Amino acid sequence: MGGYILKRLLSAIPVLLGITVIVFLIMAMIPGDPATAILGSYATPENVARLNRFLGLDEPLWRQYFIWLGNLLQGDFGRSFALNRPVLDEILDRFSATLILAGTAFLLCAVLGIMAGVISAAGQYGPADKAITFVVILGISVPSFFLGMMMILLFAVQLRWLPASGMYSIWGGGDLPDLIRHLTMPAIALAVVATGVVARLSRGAMLEVLRQDFIRTARAKGVHERRVIWGHALRAAMVGIIPVLGIQAGFVLSGAVYIEIVFQWPGVGRMLVDAILRRDILLVQGGVVIIAACYVGFNIVVDVAQAWLDPRIKT
Amino acid sequence: MSLFLRLLFRNRLAGFGAVVLGVIVLLALLTPLLPLHPPNETSTANRYLRPLSDGHLLGTDHLGRDLLSRLLWGTRLSLAVGFAAALIAGLAGAAIGVMAGYFGGRTDNVTMRGIDMLMAFPYILLALAIVAVLGPGLLNALIAVAVVNIPFFARNIRGVTVGIAHREFIDAARLAGMGHARILLTEVVPNIVPVVVIAMSTTIGWMILETAGLSFLGLGSQPPQADLGSMLGEARSALITAPHTSIVPGVMILLIVMSVNLLGDGIRDALDPRLRSGALARPMAATRVDRREVPPAKGEALLDIDALETQFQVGKRVYKAVNKVSLDLKPGECLGLIGESGSGKSVTALSVMGLVASPPGVITGGAVRLDGQDLIGAPYEVLRALRGRRVAYIFQDPLSTLHPLYRIGDQLIEAIRVHEPVSQAEAHKRAVKLLEDVQIPNAAGRVSAFPHELSGGMRQRVGIAMALANDPDIIIADEPTTALDVTVQAQILALLDELRQRRGLAILFITHDFGVVGQLCDRVAVMYGGRIVETGPTRAVLDAPAHPYTRRLIACVPELGAGRRILAAIPGLPPAVDQLPEGCAFAPRCDKAQASCKTGEIDLTGTTRKVRCLFPEVAP
Amino acid sequence: MTLALKTTDLAKTFDIGKRLIGPPRAQVHAVHPVSLEVAQGETLGIVGESGCGKSTLARMLVGLEPPSAGQIEIEGRALDRADPAAFGRLIQYVFQHPVSSLNPRKTIRQIMETPLRRLHGMRGAALDARIAELFDAVNLRPEFLDRYPHEFSGGQAQRIGIARALAASPRILILDEPVSALDVSVQAQVLNLLARLKDEFNLTYLFISHDLAVVEAVSDRIAVLYFGSVVETGPAERVFAAPRHPYTRLLADSAPVVGKPLGGAGHGELPDPLNPPPGCTFASRCPRASDQCRGAVPELRRMTGDQFAACYHPLDP
Repeated sequence: MGGYILKRLLSAIPVLLGITVIVFLIMAMIPGDPATAILGSYATPENVARLNRFLGLDEPLWRQYFIWLGNLLQGDFGRSFALNRPVLDEILDRFSATLILAGTAFLLCAVLGIMAGVISAAGQYGPADKAITFVVILGISVPSFFLGMMMILLFAVQLRWLPASGMYSIWGGGDLPDLIRHLTMPAIALAVVATGVVARLSRGAMLEVLRQDFIRTARAKGVHERRVIWGHALRAAMVGIIPVLGIQAGFVLSGAVYIEIVFQWPGVGRMLVDAILRRDILLVQGGVVIIAACYVGFNIVVDVAQAWLDPRIKT
Repeated sequence: MSLFLRLLFRNRLAGFGAVVLGVIVLLALLTPLLPLHPPNETSTANRYLRPLSDGHLLGTDHLGRDLLSRLLWGTRLSLAVGFAAALIAGLAGAAIGVMAGYFGGRTDNVTMRGIDMLMAFPYILLALAIVAVLGPGLLNALIAVAVVNIPFFARNIRGVTVGIAHREFIDAARLAGMGHARILLTEVVPNIVPVVVIAMSTTIGWMILETAGLSFLGLGSQPPQADLGSMLGEARSALITAPHTSIVPGVMILLIVMSVNLLGDGIRDALDPRLRSGALARPMAATRVDRREVPPAKGEALLDIDALETQFQVGKRVYKAVNKVSLDLKPGECLGLIGESGSGKSVTALSVMGLVASPPGVITGGAVRLDGQDLIGAPYEVLRALRGRRVAYIFQDPLSTLHPLYRIGDQLIEAIRVHEPVSQAEAHKRAVKLLEDVQIPNAAGRVSAFPHELSGGMRQRVGIAMALANDPDIIIADEPTTALDVTVQAQILALLDELRQRRGLAILFITHDFGVVGQLCDRVAVMYGGRIVETGPTRAVLDAPAHPYTRRLIACVPELGAGRRILAAIPGLPPAVDQLPEGCAFAPRCDKAQASCKTGEIDLTGTTRKVRCLFPEVAP
Repeated sequence: MTLALKTTDLAKTFDIGKRLIGPPRAQVHAVHPVSLEVAQGETLGIVGESGCGKSTLARMLVGLEPPSAGQIEIEGRALDRADPAAFGRLIQYVFQHPVSSLNPRKTIRQIMETPLRRLHGMRGAALDARIAELFDAVNLRPEFLDRYPHEFSGGQAQRIGIARALAASPRILILDEPVSALDVSVQAQVLNLLARLKDEFNLTYLFISHDLAVVEAVSDRIAVLYFGSVVETGPAERVFAAPRHPYTRLLADSAPVVGKPLGGAGHGELPDPLNPPPGCTFASRCPRASDQCRGAVPELRRMTGDQFAACYHPLDP
């Protein structure tokens, strides 16, 4: 197992490098000149040229990349010109808020989605299956930002149960119950679509597994049906469900963008959208690299979980 | 095609989705012709009019623009963008996937690494990055959403293509002189199309959601033009004061995406041949029983199968897989049940403990008595307590019948502890002992192996060990050696025979091989078309078969040592059990058949030897 | 005697664990150098258990798998390029799984037309006439031509597969387990059909199977494969009746025959293909094995008459 984890970690290095290349190239393709963007359209050509030299933009592309990568590895993501502070500081400030939101939503979607899928498959075509299928179809069809807005209307404006916004900083002030009160609505709104997807796929995976010969073997041994479903079948179905969880983690992480805007959540997604609209390139670059790296790390966890679950993979 | 539509509309939800989507698409198409306000006509006097206001059915927005008009024009835009994105992503992804999957090797390796790289980005993040490059705008949002979805299609289609590229008909096409381009176009692509259609129809909804999302963020359509997402985005600031401006476009997105998803699911179900045949149904814990009468108890056999009837009910078709089959098994006896595929031998065996997959299987008549207790229709808990404890099974393919993710020791321990509350340590000791009993070398080490780490023969020994775990009275072996090589088969048969002698086991041995029956079984029953046609002591039946089917089937089988020869074949095919002929099922293929063979019920007659034939080869 | 098919040291090695660049992690010798000769009009049976390389050998013979080494000659002409279209006119293949060898989305007519068009450039009326002729030869009704593969039983589908192979007008047919997916009553029909077609079309057969009795019933000569090597060849009536190689003997004893007692099957399993033993691959299961057997691989050598075995300590006839 240790060897597998090491192998998997090593194989992440080229992926991470590839990510930096893609991000760098995408950003390099942005039309227009950052120096002009910074100095404004009335800048003199000399000033633009000087700033370009200062920013290293007169170097060939590949050298620019390596300089940027070198800085990245030393933790220097550059400065956001719009916010006038180091990119890394800005991202780190906001990243924990996004992680808490996305992490909670991910746990919700994994636990509820799998349970719903198993219950649905175990009672195929029964009343529970029909009810779950209906809710799931609704869930995967509703835009999360619209759902968030409707939740605000209902729970914050009409019923006044939960705050609609007011999360300014994760670590400033507020205790845990306060955090939970603020987190409930955004986390649910973010989790709904992913839960629907996980439930659908879990149901499908379970139905596939329940027809397998080894399920019949378990029954022939006299294993109780409850254990057949939640033990034998779910264990085998997890092999198909876990990769889906990995993909859903990506959806949740990036879907947080919408939710952060709707609920005024101080996360990295909102920052990114603002940065894109302002063409704050270094901030976008840094944000994308960090989120993608985080996602790569999560996918390693998923793969290791998969290998632990399925002994056939390690060979 | 008509079959497809019929299947599609048989699914009521899909039909509902189709109707809703049809209405929405129709409205979107007709929008330019409808008597609507111009969508971008502002009127500051009429800001935030409520729905049902005079002249504005759905009210107006923050600039006093008519919401109904903007809604319909926005729907037009959102639909067009969603479909276009799905089409682009689907076609591009499919093209990449087909190439990578068909050519394999380095092409595949390099392509898929690139795809993996793209998939390493959280989804929407990549779309954001692309929009950042191209600048905000609806067309750019469309491109971003399409590009981001290409990896999904490429991976999916590649997987399917790899499966198809290794099928024998692709080899056959190459041998028939076709080149790669022609094979791709005429052999591979037609088999991929349904998969692409399914993938597209189930993702269009998702694409519409995503483009709406980008517009919501202000990165998609730019004012004054509006799709549904940007309508929502603009309305958000007035969520509390004028909620209808948000609800109207939001509900429309929900309706579109939901109807697309429902329709997409319907299309998937109608195109999937397994769903079509109902093969994806979940088998229940025990076979469904629906019998009108219970035959009276008789005899004192250990296991008494009496007039058992098991059917498969698929739609309106009824397959009479097992048709009034009666068998009995005495303690320590080995009974062979022989027949060709579709004769009902395996279904008979599985019916005993209610293991026939249900749906579609139903036990419609007869009784199975174990020491006089009827198992058919017995409560689940009674049946479960007997499964594995008194009647144990050995199945055909040990690779698929052992759980792939549990260690074999744990599977054995579970088999023991299900019926006996012994400690884990005690059960472990017994598991090792069981593996030694079935002559697995290094049993103490092998106990922690996974099934895939063992050879086929070793796996089947584990299967036998598991059947022996609770010292059952009866073992039902369903073609236990068919998947094995001949030298391994001989080892397994010898092992089974030895265990039987030593433990006094009764065995019901299902096979299609006369040689195996001849070596192992005391008595044999021959099945054809769901019925027993002949039964008796093995040597007597094999030496002088009474039923013409038995005689001619034995003649078909080449026997080692007889040299080169022309074999006696039986013309025709075994009958389909959903349309059995009247009278003797073998009559259409029988050279002795008379008119009387083709009418009425023919009984199984005789005492120790029984035969279901009006003109038997020898008197039973 | 003219030779229909001759292989010289034909071998296949598979790479395991391919990397993007650099050599593979390991190699498996699926087929060790095999030299076979099949006379015109003869049926050579090839028997062996799973993993013995019989299918890989067959796929090399029709060009579906490029050989790692060695030569294939058909009627004296060397074919070394792995191009199924070049092989197709001389040598054809009948598949093990009849239904999956037919494209589910094509009608039988489309399937039958392909080899006639591609390999022989046939068109129009001549094409239709030829299809009708072939269908008649395999006892199928012409109305089947417009149906799809899933409408056929295994036996019928295998007849279609045979008709398609014959459409290429080959000199040699490779039959790869052609009846093992079929029920015994249908199996005999197909075997008899194959026997008749061989005379009618003047064919040479390579008949591959794991079923000793079937191979014995249809073959003139038999080659026994074990772990990628030919361990014994000889006339069909001698190989199983008087085996010289201990493995052939084990096979013959293992086949279930009515009236023969169970057992005598011995123990042991195939060696690990990633880590094969240095000497005779059967040595670990062989009661006669000596140090010589474990040290060096025995060559195939003449025993009596036309019977060859690769064994240092052959059994008495």
